[in-house]
Amino acid sequence: MAGAKAAVRPAGKGFWRRNRGLLYVMPWLIGFIIFKGLPFISSLYYSAMDYNLFKTDSSFVGLGNYATILATKKYINAYKVTFLYAFITVPLKLMFSLFIAYILNFNIKFVKGFRTIYYIPSILGSSVAISVVWKSIFNSTGLVNKALGFIGIDEINWLGSSKTAIWVICLLKIWQFGSAMVIFLAALKGVPTSLYEAAAIDGAGKWKQFTRITLPMITPVIFYNLVTQLCEAFQEFNSAYLITKGGPLGSTTLISLLVYQNAFKSYDMGMACAMAWILFLIVGIFSAVAFISQKYWVYYSDDGR
Amino acid sequence: MAAVTQAKPKYVMRRKTRSFLSTCFRYIVLILVGILMFYPMLWMFGASLKENNNEIFATINFIPKHPSLQAYVKGWTASGFNFGVFMLNTYKVVIPKVIGTVISSVLTAYGFSRFEFIGKKAMFALMMSTLFLPQVVLNVPQFLLFTSWGWVDTYKPLIVPTFFAGEAYFVFMLTQFMRSVSREMEEAAEIDGCNSLKRLLYVVVPVVKPAVVSCALFQFMWSSNDFQGPLIYVNTTAKYTASLGLRIIADTETGFEWNQVLALSVITIIPTLIVFFAAQDQFVEGIAAGGVKG
Repeated sequence: MAGAKAAVRPAGKGFWRRNRGLLYVMPWLIGFIIFKGLPFISSLYYSAMDYNLFKTDSSFVGLGNYATILATKKYINAYKVTFLYAFITVPLKLMFSLFIAYILNFNIKFVKGFRTIYYIPSILGSSVAISVVWKSIFNSTGLVNKALGFIGIDEINWLGSSKTAIWVICLLKIWQFGSAMVIFLAALKGVPTSLYEAAAIDGAGKWKQFTRITLPMITPVIFYNLVTQLCEAFQEFNSAYLITKGGPLGSTTLISLLVYQNAFKSYDMGMACAMAWILFLIVGIFSAVAFISQKYWVYYSDDGR
Repeated sequence: MAAVTQAKPKYVMRRKTRSFLSTCFRYIVLILVGILMFYPMLWMFGASLKENNNEIFATINFIPKHPSLQAYVKGWTASGFNFGVFMLNTYKVVIPKVIGTVISSVLTAYGFSRFEFIGKKAMFALMMSTLFLPQVVLNVPQFLLFTSWGWVDTYKPLIVPTFFAGEAYFVFMLTQFMRSVSREMEEAAEIDGCNSLKRLLYVVVPVVKPAVVSCALFQFMWSSNDFQGPLIYVNTTAKYTASLGLRIIADTETGFEWNQVLALSVITIIPTLIVFFAAQDQFVEGIAAGGVKG
């Protein structure tokens, strides 16, 4: 291969010898271009097309699809639901996982056992099996209502009411707090104990130590968890598709559900791409805000990476 | 002076009781949360051994009165499908995906961690940015691409991209791992005349084996439970993976027997659970390392 290349471009003699690493990253590079890069660009192109797989002719409509989306109540509602879902699940999940990680970071016996039990839902949470379980325990005569009955709360029609259905899928997401918790726990273990000792000598209580030492020291990890969880939450599909089917009354119709329906049920590819691009821009704006605001609140101890 | 010495033990006692109480509080919180986490799964397993819907929805208790495997036997062929076929199909997808992921991710990570080449920084940044690239944007064009190649209703759209280091997360994790490994052995091997591929196979891979294994197992668990991919690309019932099969059976509302559906649910997650328990320490270390360094 090196020989053939050298014959084509004499100036680059030894190119592959000097850039051997390029050979090793080649699988990734080819895959990136074919499966990620080009699709990414072409999806922007399709979003400006009236393009249906069932129709023979497709035409360029510019921002037409975007205008349709922003003028249609159904789509606006889906973005609202998606925002609601992200803004309920992400903060609750982060706070809860940090809280549990904080407790686990004391000299707790059976740390491994607890960690395992908390982590399992993160692996299984998006599976069809767990969605079946969720459907059955939030059934009107299911486990959750039975348990609430003990503390005197009347039966709630969780999946039948447009007020509560969103909470069913939010709770499923929060139930998967384990992966964020494991990352927090590792970060908490990395905070030097000497800092706490010094603070304790200065008379700082546990709460003050937490807000003045722990939180600032783990901001890089808070940042990481925040961005990844936001990305995930905005794209959630399985729970809404499998458990609530978007209902009742569109109250759990996340945007990825409508993208799926447009693309793979009615084969309206142009609209689906436009919807996905609006979602992408939303995620992009949030990530950009997070990245830019980093320098004001994220503390990097070593090289400022 | 006497007053001070008397006051001291009292103070120590108070602190001791306080720390005892907060320790208790911590364990109570952890145990309660643990129960909340685990009970749904315990309940699923218990319900799959129960006799009928009445028993399942009558009580909060997960222990079946007369445990029987009848739901497993009936569920296996529920609604006229043979669930064994779906399970087999799942692993026809999962195993090639694991192999593809491991090979291509190791090669790519080796390239990024051990060599200098033109455009390396830009490429690494591009790869990292795909971590945050929503799959939802790519679904339609990828579908059109695979349609034009005639790949729809085969497993190729699910498998082939993994042979091109499609999961940036794994490449990143392996790159970090390889960077942290000392290069002395490789330098020695180089002096002995080992070329770079040999150094990768005989020196680097054995050292980073824990990371490689955890990539393989993560991919195994993720793809075993993958739903959206098969949903988009697999149409023929005979080719359904377990996730799709389970969903079809769970959606068939007529004569709905929860114990059968839950029994099948248990079957689909058992391989994942086995893998997880067998290698849990490695996973937990792996994601913690990946996350913190990220």
